[in-house]
Amino acid sequence: MTSTKQKIVIVDYGVGNVYSVYNAIAFLGYKKIKISALENDMREADSIILPGVGAFEEAIKNLESKNLIPILNEEVLIRKKPILGICVGMQMLTEGSYENGWHNGLGWIHGKISKITLPPEYSVPHVGWNDIIINYDSPLFRTDQHNRHFYFDHSYHFDADEKNILATCDYGINITAAIYSNNIFGVQFHPEKSQINGLKLFRNFFNITSC
Amino acid sequence: MLKKRIVAALVVREGIVVQSKEFKSYLPIGKPEIAVDFLNQWGIDEIIITDVSATKYNKEPNYDLVKKIASKCQVPLTVGGGISELSHIKKLMNSGADKIALNQSAIYNEDLNTKAAKIFGDQSIVVSIDSLYKSGDYKLYDYLQKKTLDISPIEFAKKMEQSGAGEILINSVERDGTYSGYDKKLIELICNAVSIPVIALGGAKNANSMIDVLLNTNVSAAAAANFFHFTEHAVNISKSIINKHIPLRIDNMANYQGHVVNEDCRLSKKDDTALEKMLYVKIEKEII
Repeated sequence: MTSTKQKIVIVDYGVGNVYSVYNAIAFLGYKKIKISALENDMREADSIILPGVGAFEEAIKNLESKNLIPILNEEVLIRKKPILGICVGMQMLTEGSYENGWHNGLGWIHGKISKITLPPEYSVPHVGWNDIIINYDSPLFRTDQHNRHFYFDHSYHFDADEKNILATCDYGINITAAIYSNNIFGVQFHPEKSQINGLKLFRNFFNITSC
Repeated sequence: MLKKRIVAALVVREGIVVQSKEFKSYLPIGKPEIAVDFLNQWGIDEIIITDVSATKYNKEPNYDLVKKIASKCQVPLTVGGGISELSHIKKLMNSGADKIALNQSAIYNEDLNTKAAKIFGDQSIVVSIDSLYKSGDYKLYDYLQKKTLDISPIEFAKKMEQSGAGEILINSVERDGTYSGYDKKLIELICNAVSIPVIALGGAKNANSMIDVLLNTNVSAAAAANFFHFTEHAVNISKSIINKHIPLRIDNMANYQGHVVNEDCRLSKKDDTALEKMLYVKIEKEII
């Protein structure tokens, strides 16, 4: 049985849909959830959520200006805390993005973010529910799911070698749906807005911490 | 494969969900949080909630109401009405909105669209366009001044795409609340003009209207307001009917097999002998 007492911090860096993420996690019964940008909360957290809804430049600039990058580096890379990046939160885990000019990311996962370019019959942004295909067995997708649809809403995507790509979805080309490296997880879709499948994913993620 | 979306577009006026007809008359329906809770549980793919009284009374969006709604909403929530500054958008995102919809600001304050896209990303900006078909031509309609503008909604949609919109919600004023079906011609013109996703609204009568617009135009989503409020099991039954023609996201055990649905896509009562023989199967609640 999973512990709902773990300390969860949703990083408040100014442009995320933080309250939506909070609602979904609270729905699962977790009691100690903080929406915060304070160092102390990052230090004390058992797991970290880096939410997203925003442009890359604004997101990474805000992480910098709130002085969160060195703290996150320590907590995630040295103390190995599980972190889940969502949408632009996932994109920030990478080397950087070409959205509105090149901007460096956190550099934890090898690969870059670029604009989705598709034939004209596909509209961009990629918006809606898409089925994901899982490449590797992962605790993030441990729960048996017969239909693995999640809600996507993005114009840029993770475009890199396959090593770190945990899942993809089909939108004319393979779009990266999830990436990982050790304790670092990122999803391009929005689990907080994917009803039951999203809730299952959050539960799986928090169970990693409890193990 | 990306699935087409079935969207509920709720109109809110002074804190109450209303049934809107041709942008002229409004009938009260009930509390927004109850409508959203219901739609969410029945498996709607997305919810757009528009406050048509905020800008009229020069008010900011009702953040407390958005918070209340958001706590019941596990699907994407787009909020429109009363947004005239970047700070409003930020506050909405902090209250549980996932995307925002611009209408008046898109017409009169185009800069906001561009600035918002730069900060929140184009994917979080929906531009909502009201079109009125008048003497053989489509014109942009200003719902506050209650008049048409000398702007083509098709050209306007293009302009909005260039200035940073991530999606277009196109509504037909003269079809609003009339159950006369979507204006497929208008919708196709918009779809051909832009490369961002288009959501069709205005005139949906039932699942058949949605099948029609999804099969015959390139829209990404079919939206409706009124019929979801007034039909039994509306979301679920509609999705199960539409899914026979167009793959949708289905996340529900109820498939309505063996149920009779009438020509209006409404669930008919089973006959008495069938009811007597009915067998109930207990489905264990899934624990996540």
